[in-house]
Amino acid sequence: MLDVKNITKTFYPGTPNAKTAVSDLSLHLDRGDFVTIIGSNGAGKSTLFNAIAGSFYVDEGSIFLDGTDVTYMPEHKRSLVIGRLFQDPLKGTAPGMTIEENLALSYLRTAKGSAPFSRISKKDKELFRERLKVLDMGLENRMKSPVGLLSGGQRQALTLLMATMVTPKLLLLDEHTAALDPGTAEKVLKMTKEIVARDQITCLMITHNMQQALDMGNRTLLMNDGNIVLDIRGKEREGMTVEDLLIRFKAGTGHQLDNDRMMLSR
Amino acid sequence: MLYIIQTALELGFLYALVPMALFLSYRVLDIADLTTDGCFVLGTAVSVTLAASGHPFLAIPAAMAAGAAAGFVTAFLNTRLGVPPILAGIVTNTGLYTVNLMVMGWSANVSLLKTPTIFSLFKKTGIGGNWYEALLAGAVTVLMGVLLIWFLGTRLGLSIRATGNNIDMVKASSINPSFTITVGLCISNALTALSGAMVGQYQNTADINGGTGIVVIGLACLIIGETVLGQRTVVKGAIAALVGSVIYRLIYAVILYTKVVPVQGLKLITAIVVALAIAFPTIKSWAAFRKKKMAAGRKGGDSCAGR
Repeated sequence: MLDVKNITKTFYPGTPNAKTAVSDLSLHLDRGDFVTIIGSNGAGKSTLFNAIAGSFYVDEGSIFLDGTDVTYMPEHKRSLVIGRLFQDPLKGTAPGMTIEENLALSYLRTAKGSAPFSRISKKDKELFRERLKVLDMGLENRMKSPVGLLSGGQRQALTLLMATMVTPKLLLLDEHTAALDPGTAEKVLKMTKEIVARDQITCLMITHNMQQALDMGNRTLLMNDGNIVLDIRGKEREGMTVEDLLIRFKAGTGHQLDNDRMMLSR
Repeated sequence: MLYIIQTALELGFLYALVPMALFLSYRVLDIADLTTDGCFVLGTAVSVTLAASGHPFLAIPAAMAAGAAAGFVTAFLNTRLGVPPILAGIVTNTGLYTVNLMVMGWSANVSLLKTPTIFSLFKKTGIGGNWYEALLAGAVTVLMGVLLIWFLGTRLGLSIRATGNNIDMVKASSINPSFTITVGLCISNALTALSGAMVGQYQNTADINGGTGIVVIGLACLIIGETVLGQRTVVKGAIAALVGSVIYRLIYAVILYTKVVPVQGLKLITAIVVALAIAFPTIKSWAAFRKKKMAAGRKGGDSCAGR
């Protein structure tokens, strides 16, 4: 499904601030894989996501999505098939537009809605209402409210809904529950699991919670210094504890895992 | 008095498309588009020149197309060549001065002498009696307002609104912000040029300096309208442009008639109104902060004493 081949990205090349964020990284994902990613601060997790989503082009290597070479495809074209959630819950929705209008943007962008002058139909509204009900946040009765009036958790839930309204080929979750209060985070995470399982979405999720990384999905990647140092799956992953993970990390890299939030959340 | 109201309505409707265009560029797209001044004159120049050669109706869509082209240049500079939006507008605006002169056959003004205009032709139909000018201008403006509101509810319209509302979201969704900004600026400048086109045929003249300060006046109209109508939605924004424009022209006509303020001073007053209106939130929070500080000082908890 996703094939990342030997990608390298250096920021500020040729200056004293030059930083190689990912170097010679390769990654293969099968259809339906749900992969969690953990790693130290500055390990290159978000850079990997930005490279896949097309926020910038990689210096070397290539990226294939579902057999198509997307290495030089602009971000807005890739986002037709890649859904993305950021840590900041305010990033994924337009605050000045209503819930309905926000949903319409994600829905109309593909399917029949590619006609520029199509409008939100009654049928669309019914579908939105149905999907909003699943969130169990009462949003289905507030479809005409501006999104700016919603809480961070509600906005993130809405963003999740928008990203999966039309099933994406790949879903990128960049610590999407990290900025939410524990209760809401739990709820959004549960919804994520349900939607990903329901639509069998291939998914990459960055998290700083090691327990979560082991509990969710079918595969866990550990990143360090711009590369993947551990790829845990299958039998090995079953029954693995956080302690095991830390030991494996130290064995693999020669030093302790240093992600402040990761340590604090233990 | 009736005369004042009639003039205010006529001018209010004629110029209302400028605040409506600014509503689209400044409020919806969040871009301060300074192409406006030159674009307004471009509309006037194209319209009057074509009317002078006997095509008063063709003059209107031609002026709009010219305006859209000006908007496209600004958008191109901004989105493809990385020129900051304000600078892109100023650059286009400067270039338009020459283009406008060229359109007017290298003269600083063109007059319509006894050639028919859309207004003189409409007068002959007898609709609206003495109010025919206000009626025609009003009809065109209301039609454009309705079209704009409709457009902003379509998929493309929603994409344009999202671009001005949350650029992060737009970049991560399938919308190409360069495209939406371009479409938005083309439409807003077409509206500005349409206003210029109607004003030109109304006044039977095009003047190279006829657009000076139009952008500030347009903003003043928009802000007046928004103050009257309150909370910002798309429908209210479009109506605010119209209402604000009429109110502004009413004030203008009263001043012109009563001479409470010298007419030459009007642009300064307009500028001050716009500056204050845009600065209002900052002034308000500053005042609130002062109040809080004073209250804290009175309680004896002012740790900043002596600073």
